[in-house]
Amino acid sequence: MSIPTASARAPGPAIHVRGLERSYKQLRVLRGVDFEVARGTIFALLGSNGAGKTTVVRILSTLLKADAGSVRVNGFDVATQAADVRASISLTGQFAAVDEILTGRENLVLVARLRHVRQPGAIADELLRRFSLTEAGARRVATYSGGMRRRLDIAMSLIGTPPVIFLDEPTAGLDPQARIEVWQAVEELSERGTTVLLTTQYLEEAEHLADRIAILHQGRIIVDGTQDRTTTSNK
Amino acid sequence: MATHFLGDTAVLTGRTLRHVTRSLDTIITTAITPIAIMLMFVYVFGGAIDTGSVSYVNYMLPGILLITIASGISYTAFRLFGDMQGGIFERFHSMPIARSGVLWAHVLTSLVANVISLVLVFGVALLMGFRSGAGVLSWLAVAGILILFTLALTWIAVIPGLTAKSVDGASAFSYPLVFLPFISSAFVPTGTMPGPVRAFAEHQPVTSIVNTLRGLLTQQPVGTDVWTALAWCAGILVVAYVFANVSYRRRIS
Ligand SMILES: Nc1ncnc2c1ncn2[C@@H]1O[C@H](COP(=O)(O)OP(=O)(O)O)[C@@H](O)[C@H]1O
Ligand SMILES: [Mg+2]
Repeated sequence: MSIPTASARAPGPAIHVRGLERSYKQLRVLRGVDFEVARGTIFALLGSNGAGKTTVVRILSTLLKADAGSVRVNGFDVATQAADVRASISLTGQFAAVDEILTGRENLVLVARLRHVRQPGAIADELLRRFSLTEAGARRVATYSGGMRRRLDIAMSLIGTPPVIFLDEPTAGLDPQARIEVWQAVEELSERGTTVLLTTQYLEEAEHLADRIAILHQGRIIVDGTQDRTTTSNK
Repeated sequence: MATHFLGDTAVLTGRTLRHVTRSLDTIITTAITPIAIMLMFVYVFGGAIDTGSVSYVNYMLPGILLITIASGISYTAFRLFGDMQGGIFERFHSMPIARSGVLWAHVLTSLVANVISLVLVFGVALLMGFRSGAGVLSWLAVAGILILFTLALTWIAVIPGLTAKSVDGASAFSYPLVFLPFISSAFVPTGTMPGPVRAFAEHQPVTSIVNTLRGLLTQQPVGTDVWTALAWCAGILVVAYVFANVSYRRRIS
């Protein structure tokens, strides 16, 4: 089986979603969602609490099965080529998925080993530095603040440089300073050519970060528009 | 990906083993209850129980070892439940690794943690006068049966670990398992029990396992008990493994 890397890209858009439907028992959460994300861009899925953003992200990252529709990530079908999709992505879920009992550095080394990258220790140290966690690196994550956990969570997602990254409400519950740090991390990712799909409840955040914004409302995409990020971004 | 199964499982097992070594109190807690029961029975009740030519500590150690395992596996369920709650499982499942390795890591860690607790309990039993003239083969058989029993109970523990709604629910299932040896041949000969209780005691899994371990440790013939014990362990293992995997697939689909 082939393990796709950031350099080995299938042609076409990074993410392609057509007619996506998903219900939880009677509750029809997604009723025909369509969107596309071009390679190397930042795409924001905007929606209020309960709109179905997490459901979309979980389907895209092979954690949840769709009821109907076609979903392709990095050219691979999430239903029939789940392993290839997983080799193409990284997920930073809505709630920080870090190991509290391990130290920050051990968390990074763990993911690096599981992704079979060379020199896991060196990668861990480099990411600790990039996310201003060098000093906290030897401490157990249980002692970290919310912002530090989030940064570690995102750092863990960057290991192995997957071509597509999902960030589910990456700034929820963060103070303004931590939020700006996450924004900078996302912008840096995009500069390195990674495709980013993020979800948010805040139009302001979507406008600041994204090349393209789609609004998810009552199970469908009701607005899907490109914007010029440089006019709203402060860089 | 399949070629990475062993390597990935080893990495994930290293992680859960750290959870154990960084909360050694869980090992102590696992060992303390069986040790307390052992002290009570040997120094309080033991004098009143007639176990023939076998000293009481020698007589009851097999049952104590099974109680140790039954209380140890509640921490397996607890650790698994923590992973399900914390979202780290979802991270692993969204990565290109063999998914079953995530469960196997918990199972292997459970084995290691229980072996440490068993060694602790064995040590205390030695201090209390436990002696055995069993040969190497008998000791290997004892170790094998204890490991098989631990594996069977561990796969039972995986089910509440995956499906429980609360942390208490995740570990409460082990109480009946801890209690089971009391209605068996573990502490008193079943011959002294009233009819229905005796019938239950003689046909539940613990009695055949205890009799086998006791036979091996006291160098008595184990008779057909060993086959009954192995059949119980293997049967529980297979059924629990199947149900655990069904729960797992349900949780991740
Ligand atoms: N496992 C589930 N079972 C039943 N309902 C669910 C489940 N997960 C989510 N929901 C419901 O589906 C809707 C969308 O949830 P979600 O995708 O988490 O929205 P968002 O991430 O936009 O807040 C909500 O009404 C939520 O309560
Ligand atoms: Mg959500």
